[in-house]
Amino acid sequence: MVEEKEIKGIKFGILNPDTIRKMSVTAIVTSDVYDENGMPVEGGVMDPRLGVIEPGQKCETCGNTLATCPGHFGHLDLARPVIHIGFVKHIHDILRATCRKCGRLKIPEEDIDRYLNLLKRLEDRWPQLAISLTEYVKRKAMKALECPHCGEKQYPIRLEKPTTFIEEGPLGKLWPTTIREWLLRVPERHLKVMGFDPEVAHPAWAVITVLPVPPIAVRPSILLEAGIRSEDDLTHKLVDIIRTNEKLREAINSGAPEAIIEDLWELLQYHITTYIDNEVPGLPPAKRRSGAPLRTLAQRLKGKEGRFRNNLSGKRVEFSARTVISPDPYLSINEVGVPLEVAMTLTVPVRVTSWNIDEVRKYVLNGPFKYPGANYVIDPNGRRLDLRFIKDLRAVAEGLKPGYIVERHLIDGDIVLFNRQPSLHRMSIMGHIVKVLPGRTFRLHLAVCPPYNADFDGDEMNLHVPQTVEAMSEAKTLLLVQEHILSPRYGGPIIGGIQDYISGAYLLSSKTSLLTMEQVSDLLASINYEGEIPEPAILSPKKGWLGKQIISLLIPEGFNFSKEAKISSGHLKCSNEECFWDSYLVIKKGKLLLGVLDKNAIGAQQPESMLHFLIREYGTDFGREFMDRAFRLFLRFIEMRGFTMAIDDILIPEQAYREIMEVYDKAKAKVDELLRLYREGKLEITPGRTLEESLELKILEVLSKARDEAGDIAAKYLDPFNNVFIMAKTGARGSSLNITQMAAMLGQQSIRGERITRGYRDRTLPFFKKGDVGPEARGFVPSSFARGLTPVEAFFHAAGGREGLVDTAVRTSQSGYMQRRLINSLLDLVVEYDGSVRSAYGEVVQLAYGEDYVDPKNTSFGKAINADRIVEKHIGWK
Amino acid sequence: MSKAGKPSKKKSKAKAKEEKIKEAKPSVKEIVEKISEPYEVVSKVLSEVKDIPSEFVDEVRKKLINDYIFKNLTEDQLRSEALELKEKAMRVLKVVEPAKDILPEALYYELVNSLFKACQKYEVRDEELIIIRDDAIRTYLSSMVDPGEPVGTVAAQSIGEPGTQMTLRTFHFAGVRELNVTLGLPRLIELVDAKRVPDTPMMEIHLDEEHKYDKSKAVEIARKIEMTVLENVTSSADIDLTEMRLIITLDPEMLEDKGLTRDEIIKALAKGKTLAGRVHPSEDDPNVIYVDLPKNYNDVLKAQKFRDRLLKIKLKGVKGIKKVIPQERTDPETGRKYYVLITDGSNLEAVLKIEGINPSKVRTNSIHEIETILGIEAAREALIREIKNTLNEQGLDVDIRHVMLLADMMTRSGTVKQIGRHGVVGEKPSVLARAAFEVTVKNLFDASIRGEVDNMRGIAENVIIGQIAPIGTALVELKMNPAKIKSVIKEVERGE
Repeated sequence: MVEEKEIKGIKFGILNPDTIRKMSVTAIVTSDVYDENGMPVEGGVMDPRLGVIEPGQKCETCGNTLATCPGHFGHLDLARPVIHIGFVKHIHDILRATCRKCGRLKIPEEDIDRYLNLLKRLEDRWPQLAISLTEYVKRKAMKALECPHCGEKQYPIRLEKPTTFIEEGPLGKLWPTTIREWLLRVPERHLKVMGFDPEVAHPAWAVITVLPVPPIAVRPSILLEAGIRSEDDLTHKLVDIIRTNEKLREAINSGAPEAIIEDLWELLQYHITTYIDNEVPGLPPAKRRSGAPLRTLAQRLKGKEGRFRNNLSGKRVEFSARTVISPDPYLSINEVGVPLEVAMTLTVPVRVTSWNIDEVRKYVLNGPFKYPGANYVIDPNGRRLDLRFIKDLRAVAEGLKPGYIVERHLIDGDIVLFNRQPSLHRMSIMGHIVKVLPGRTFRLHLAVCPPYNADFDGDEMNLHVPQTVEAMSEAKTLLLVQEHILSPRYGGPIIGGIQDYISGAYLLSSKTSLLTMEQVSDLLASINYEGEIPEPAILSPKKGWLGKQIISLLIPEGFNFSKEAKISSGHLKCSNEECFWDSYLVIKKGKLLLGVLDKNAIGAQQPESMLHFLIREYGTDFGREFMDRAFRLFLRFIEMRGFTMAIDDILIPEQAYREIMEVYDKAKAKVDELLRLYREGKLEITPGRTLEESLELKILEVLSKARDEAGDIAAKYLDPFNNVFIMAKTGARGSSLNITQMAAMLGQQSIRGERITRGYRDRTLPFFKKGDVGPEARGFVPSSFARGLTPVEAFFHAAGGREGLVDTAVRTSQSGYMQRRLINSLLDLVVEYDGSVRSAYGEVVQLAYGEDYVDPKNTSFGKAINADRIVEKHIGWK
Repeated sequence: MSKAGKPSKKKSKAKAKEEKIKEAKPSVKEIVEKISEPYEVVSKVLSEVKDIPSEFVDEVRKKLINDYIFKNLTEDQLRSEALELKEKAMRVLKVVEPAKDILPEALYYELVNSLFKACQKYEVRDEELIIIRDDAIRTYLSSMVDPGEPVGTVAAQSIGEPGTQMTLRTFHFAGVRELNVTLGLPRLIELVDAKRVPDTPMMEIHLDEEHKYDKSKAVEIARKIEMTVLENVTSSADIDLTEMRLIITLDPEMLEDKGLTRDEIIKALAKGKTLAGRVHPSEDDPNVIYVDLPKNYNDVLKAQKFRDRLLKIKLKGVKGIKKVIPQERTDPETGRKYYVLITDGSNLEAVLKIEGINPSKVRTNSIHEIETILGIEAAREALIREIKNTLNEQGLDVDIRHVMLLADMMTRSGTVKQIGRHGVVGEKPSVLARAAFEVTVKNLFDASIRGEVDNMRGIAENVIIGQIAPIGTALVELKMNPAKIKSVIKEVERGE
């Protein structure tokens, strides 16, 4: 067993040239990479001592194989030092803040002492302030025109980007050698006041004299199909550096003219700079032969596809599956239907014990190709046996002993994590219980669509199998769907009835549903009801049960509740128990006495609903079971009754159409009148608006009123209890606006909140007269979907629709970035045992979470206790 | 002449109206007497029935007044009813009292009130009151947060997730047709960005009792606040190079609208040093002002520049407030109409000094102004309200606790900090957390030359190195004393 170690901290620093040499396994001395035989050259950038690259090889340095050899650094001695591009700013600061002669910080010694003391005290408690102090000290020192220690006159030092320093004085251009010496002259104490730590990161080391050459594992070459090797960008860059370095050394040794040496030196500086960062402003990026810029060290770390965000903060995982999702109302909300094929690929490790050995043997005996089987067996030494290649499974099964681990197929009852991107909130990943099913899609209960924001138009989802007992038990207690019915965003259920569940509930609970014995049996059988059937509400001529009676069977006995139903509006409005329209829900002692179930009672995202209080008061186990059963019941009923939306539901008689046209003609006349007033300059101006804006506002008002009137006319002629109206009124789907648009009038199409004005000069389309600003010419659609749109209307409708699409596309990126920032800012906050909120670094953010210690998830719409509800709960039956 | 005549006409009309009303209806005095009668009767009854718990006095009074008016109860009946109510109230209080120390104050009073109402409605036994009280306490205690709950992440998700459902449309009419106000996602982003100046700065200024109810008085203050520059009241400004002067023709309509006279304008203009002594009224035309050009401004281009600068000179009002619109509102309690000033532009400091406003009811949407003038706590409160309003306006439910946590995180250092690399994230002590967010390379370079240490205490760092982060179930640490374990093992062995 490997000893477990915990990383308690990471100290950052710069490598000391000596350390670089010490940790190096070889000096890199030649720019040649491979010899004529295609073997790597010793002392080249692909030197075999830098680590194993091919499977089966043994490392010349450490003796490990490919899997275990960590790779080893080499080093390259530079003929002349160069500046490290990442530290240019810091070097510039030091050069300006210290004396050009003695190297001391240009602040009197006693002040330095004072600042050092202050710094030490600040460092632990106020690191941010400590940094500000060092900045202040540096700025202060830079202002000195004369060294307070040796009296030397100082000159300004200019940084010519990216890496050239120029003293506007006798020294002129400062070469890295000069800078290095200068930096070495600065006393350690003085470096510390400036915020540097000379022990782990002496600024002089920021002038590179020895370049570490990273192991080959960092820059693997890839073998192309043609058998040609293609080297990594870093290797290319290293070769450039070595070549330039060789030339520079030759030039120096052969006593070449200073100008040539300096040119080569600058070239070396360029190569090393781009080796570190290929996106330095002011430098042309190094390019590959294809012309694409090289991905060098900084680029590997940076950004969304960089090491940090792509490989460290987030990782690819094993034991996961992804496929299309489809609905299955016969599952529990806690379950997920997993295709057999997936179940036979994903595995759960089971440790063999004397209690489960028989069961586990069966899996092994079945092998990887027969369900439920096992794919791998791991013996106590950690050797992994792939059962695909085992001929004698019986022998393996016989050989199982406690201590072995069997990776068996996924079976019913296993817990898995189910996820749909974008994972915007914690309900985007929930724990589900596996139910292995035939077919090739993941199946899920319809009520869990809202938290995932899923539909079945081709959505795909991911599934992950936890691999340790800790993970599985956490998933079961914390991540299971039923634990997420109540959303922490607002106190209310995010999982609940949607669409047909609501229509079904409404139809079943409405006064008109009178059920025969057969129907009652059918309904109750669908939910495996095992109790007594209640007394029928009507005995003669035929026994008949009310839907309300059937629903009451699912409600716990002591439950009292009353609330206005969603349909309670307009002439159906009721706000107390004396309700003729059945639009006030009353449940007393678990009996549904009055009112219908609709969105306000069982809907998803409806706080303080019947569903919400059932879950709050009877627990999540009950909540899950209630939803499973009640929703199945509603669906069974709607199947029995039949529910559809047909063209009849939105077709209006000719008479209604004429009335609508009258309304429209009147509106047109009004618009003409407005235009006349406008032209005559008699139009009343809305204060703070221009004349044109006032006109537009008034036209919009007139037209929108016309549409509303048209909608009212249509509603007058349509059956108020047809299927479309049922859906809109109960909140199952659609709104009265949708009905208006389908049956009566589509109304004004708009772009950016205005009538459509773009297109040709002075007109939207060439069929209109120039300057026509009447309703039709500006995107008003008097037709309905039922009657059909003219080509011009369809065009305007499409233009308006397009805006919506563009809007969504832009919005997702903006809100995505905002969310990323929010998460990164707040992710460390945690509630401590005393109820205070602190960051992981110990900073107190709130003394009492939310000022009352209450978890929003456990509230009823923000209130920890809903006093009226508690009273109702206990004595509401009176 | 005509100007002077108008107001008096109006007045007389109004007077006539008033008189008409007087004739038709009983006098104000009579009305007051009639209205206050039930109140007085009930007050009398209440003063006789002493010791009604203070929590319920208002409730009882309302009910009695109602009964007096609609049920025509006599004084005696009222008295007995009051006694009955008092008895019920005392009973409720007696039973629920023990919850007072456990429940937060607001919740306690809510509970007591609900119970009192229930007692009036039904017959409620003491045992039932006890059950309800205990259930309330239990519910409250069980709704507390669990230690280790990652409230930060939950808050961020709760605010971020609905962002996808918000409109992107920057402009919206917020009740006032005349003004555009930034709302929706852009406003939310602006708030968490801690932008110094909002996209559309806006104020809502309430007036004091004197000016509140009278439109003309409200308009008067509006004029005082609205910034007027010369350009606003000018119909034309011509350059007369022969005389080396500008001819500024004022617009009399605008002058009246802004409440300015020519003399006032000349005074305001002459205040500036460069213009002192150069501004003259025209003798022929009451609407014309001459402004002499400085000597060296002798070509057209220079003169034009001078004119443009001149037109931007502030004549009156508060700097930064471009428009003020009086808005009529109705007090929901008294039903009385009053006026509120809505402004385009914000300048809290200057507006607070204006006389005639109610300084405790001034609202601005500039968080930065609130921070500098009223302090960090006010800024926190403003942030919470603005974020909550932005979300509510879009019909999105987000619990206030999430918003409070966000605001606390932004303001905890004493100044308003942005959510992002220049604020909250940028000041995290962890190098890796900062590098994983934005500006990766710079953070790493800075950290190495400073020799910074990352102590691996935050979530992001631990995720990066593949350790379990100290949050949620991992907040629990098992502390073990190996020496103790050894002795326990020995004990067990000995026992066997």
